[in-house]
Amino acid sequence: MEYEPVIGLEVHAELQTRSKMFCACPVVDATQAEPNTAVCPVCAGMPGVLPVINQRAVEYALRVALALECEIATHSLFARKNYFYPDLPKGYQISQYEYPLAQHGRLPIFTSAGERAVRIRRVHLEEDTGKLTHVTTPEGETYSLVDLNRAGVPLLEIVSEPDLFSVEEVRAYAMALRTLLRYLGVNSGDMEKGVIRFEANVSVRPKGSSELGTRVEIKNLNSFRALERAVAYEIERQSRLLSQGQPIEQETLGWDEANARTYSQRSKEEAHDYRYFPEPDLPPLVVETAWIDEIRAGLPELPHARRQRFIQTYGLSPTDASLLVGERAVAEYYETAVKAAPHLPPRMIANWVLGELFAWMNESGESIEQLKAGPEALVELLEYLQSGEINQTTAKAVLLEMLQSGGRAAAIINSRGLRQVSDAEALRALVAQVLAENPAEVQSYLRGKETLAHWFFGQVMRAVGGKANPQVLRAELERQLAELKARQTS
Amino acid sequence: MTALTDLTVHQALEALAQGQVSSLDLTRACLAQIERLEPVLHAFITLTPERALAQAEAADARRAAARHHPDEPLPPLLGLPIAVKDILALEGVRCTCGSRILETFVPPYTATAVQRLLDAGVVVVGKTNTDEFAMGSSTENSAYGPTRNPWDTERVPGGSSGGSAAAVAARMVPAALGTDTGGSVRQPASFCGVSGIKPTYGRVSRYGLVAYGSSLDTAGAFARNVADVALLFHLMAGHDPLDSTTLDVPVPPIELPAEPDLRGLRVGVPREYFIGGLQPEVEQAVRQAIAVLEALGASVHEVSLPHTEYALPVYYLIAPAEASANLARYDGVRYGLRVESDALWEMFRRTRGQGFGAEVKRRIMLGTYALSAGYYEAYYGQAQKVRTLIKRDFEVAFEQVDVIAAPVAPTTAFRLGEHTEDPLAMYLEDVFTLPTNLAGVPGLAFPVGLDGRGLPIGMQLMGPHFREEVLFRVAHAYQQVTDWHLRKPPLL
Ligand SMILES: [Zn+2]
Repeated sequence: MEYEPVIGLEVHAELQTRSKMFCACPVVDATQAEPNTAVCPVCAGMPGVLPVINQRAVEYALRVALALECEIATHSLFARKNYFYPDLPKGYQISQYEYPLAQHGRLPIFTSAGERAVRIRRVHLEEDTGKLTHVTTPEGETYSLVDLNRAGVPLLEIVSEPDLFSVEEVRAYAMALRTLLRYLGVNSGDMEKGVIRFEANVSVRPKGSSELGTRVEIKNLNSFRALERAVAYEIERQSRLLSQGQPIEQETLGWDEANARTYSQRSKEEAHDYRYFPEPDLPPLVVETAWIDEIRAGLPELPHARRQRFIQTYGLSPTDASLLVGERAVAEYYETAVKAAPHLPPRMIANWVLGELFAWMNESGESIEQLKAGPEALVELLEYLQSGEINQTTAKAVLLEMLQSGGRAAAIINSRGLRQVSDAEALRALVAQVLAENPAEVQSYLRGKETLAHWFFGQVMRAVGGKANPQVLRAELERQLAELKARQTS
Repeated sequence: MTALTDLTVHQALEALAQGQVSSLDLTRACLAQIERLEPVLHAFITLTPERALAQAEAADARRAAARHHPDEPLPPLLGLPIAVKDILALEGVRCTCGSRILETFVPPYTATAVQRLLDAGVVVVGKTNTDEFAMGSSTENSAYGPTRNPWDTERVPGGSSGGSAAAVAARMVPAALGTDTGGSVRQPASFCGVSGIKPTYGRVSRYGLVAYGSSLDTAGAFARNVADVALLFHLMAGHDPLDSTTLDVPVPPIELPAEPDLRGLRVGVPREYFIGGLQPEVEQAVRQAIAVLEALGASVHEVSLPHTEYALPVYYLIAPAEASANLARYDGVRYGLRVESDALWEMFRRTRGQGFGAEVKRRIMLGTYALSAGYYEAYYGQAQKVRTLIKRDFEVAFEQVDVIAAPVAPTTAFRLGEHTEDPLAMYLEDVFTLPTNLAGVPGLAFPVGLDGRGLPIGMQLMGPHFREEVLFRVAHAYQQVTDWHLRKPPLL
């Protein structure tokens, strides 16, 4: 029997506001800051202190919820989620439970099968926990250190419906969400800094069935790679169990990256009872409709809309459009370039951005904003290419130098004398000279070894240091060779 | 001449303003009185004499300097010694909450209610005894030993703010701060023959008030008359950006007329508060006090608060539920007591097992149970619904009357140990004070008599949300024509 996976994702995204969710502590880079330097009595859970809602975090959350086309609750409620752990200073996490900020949204995803919308169940605000570091001394003593810098950082939980049916879709959804968060300026998307974390609910069922199978929850997936591998592993594991007629246990799983397998953390019986109840320290979160409208009006063009526009307006392929809009800054670079040179074909510019620039960024580690060649500089170069003043090879070399030195195309081309010889007169003399200097090859050619045409082409090109306009040169060479042929026959 | 410790807040401030006494004089007198009576009463957990004397000296210096600038107003309570319940944080002074688990905890912040009084110039002489985490009605649940009632040292001062009430009654300080979650200001005020306010929920900031039942906790004040209490209350009240549950509503000045006149005032008497189990002398004294209000021009009306009988079970579901979460932070990881173990969960267990007393553990378990999956709706959920009905009772009643007058507690002060073996009997002590906390309305307790044993009897006035000034006005009129608030414990 064939099995089909059904997957829902819970995405935890830090909101990169200046201060934490419920106190004035700064939100710092958890991988850089000295432990416990961004901590106050509130986020350390000291006795008698109280949370105060960070309005900017609510605004960020609303941006995301609106971009996901959610219904916004004008009244939502914070609740306490109770459990003991040393990284949870109060012994409870302030989260939203029964009455979340937003519900019933959608996010378009693009896969090899085309475009499809994934339903969003809910979007709610909560606070992050601290971080534990487990230490083993050379003597074998073990202990754990608590860093509360991250405790109380605003966290947005985005829960999808079980609407994903393959690893490819899981990846597409996760990437689309990351792109969206970055577009909205609420999250850096730096996965290695743990600012986005995933939990996947995975079940499988016989293909074609409409019922859901027993699901497991895989926790703490902190990279796309871990997410994809863990989900793939679970699909495979559950399908195998089902095909062997064995039941699936409902449980919470962890992901063992080193051994590439999931492992059981808690069975259903051991599941936590979080004893949620409304947070008495916070009044209901009231969001005025005027504010919602203001935030909606201020949303940037979203990735999927921009992608459609790039396909329609610039004639790009869906793949190229996806690659360009994947990052807001790249899309903006591209579009600035297109607008700066209306007579250049947009697809040509796309090819250069996706080819040469992406290769450079991969190699150098620079972001598009850090490039020494901005969009205007790029199209200036491409205009030389388009007009035939330089050829493709020269253009690539010039771009490389622009990226290295920050010089402009005109200066580099002029100072190096890289301009192409497009002058038919000049090339005519050169072709004639090469043919005259190589009578033996001319004879072979005339006897039928026509591939020698390429050799003559190369000789002329070498004579001008590669700067000949290839179209003009080819035409001139063909003309002179045809002339010789005609003379021979006559 | 009156002893310095006999001065009320208003008298002390007047004497300070006139230059008749210095803050140092007053503070030293308080410290001397504490030194004399503390071995008997044990009203304090921590005394801060050096700090107090330094504050007093600074206050005197400021007052002296101000003589050259008569136009600049001085802080209204400049140089006034007070005591603070050890549930309210004071930066740099340990805050035990009557618990072993916080024996060494020194907060790096000050409760807003305390800070506002510090800004108004008070001198803090120490932190007063309390039932552990304010859970109790007798101050016997303190890990630091019980406080005794100045009127009869074999009896409890009430609780949980028993230390503050006893300190004010024993003239150790002219005023003190307390907290009231289910009656913890009013019941000890009643037992100790002093006046005490439980403000409207949301009127005084809870920032720095160590949480017990967050939706019920309020910070209040004690003094020997309601005019003094009103002065402190007015300075403590008002919106605090650090407490999102405080309301941003103006705090009207409290006008206490020179002439007692209650014409036009409608006083409600709730029939559900005059029930079996009420000590006859208590009922008699309260009814007499109501008659005094009537004699001053008020009209008296019987009202009904029909859901009163459910207040006790509702309170003992909601408060412990909130407490079970509020007290989860005491895990030995970051501050306070830690009982070491090699294993994390064992460290949690030992720390909490040894750090908390029996009553706290009882309420944590009650609350955890009430919130558990499968029981939530039947207990916590149901309690919240009934709480709404109790709130509604008051709303309906306050459409008919301006204030409600009732006994504070069914009895006068009981003996130490009398209820310690029977938690339920102890819980019943709060039966008349709990509804106010559940409804969030203000309550003001003040003495209206003595029973046959010479123990104080208290009455409480309850009012609509944010109408504390009415309670003060009525009680002040009462105190202008009676002298119960002037009585002194025989110990003195
Ligand atoms: Zn903080």
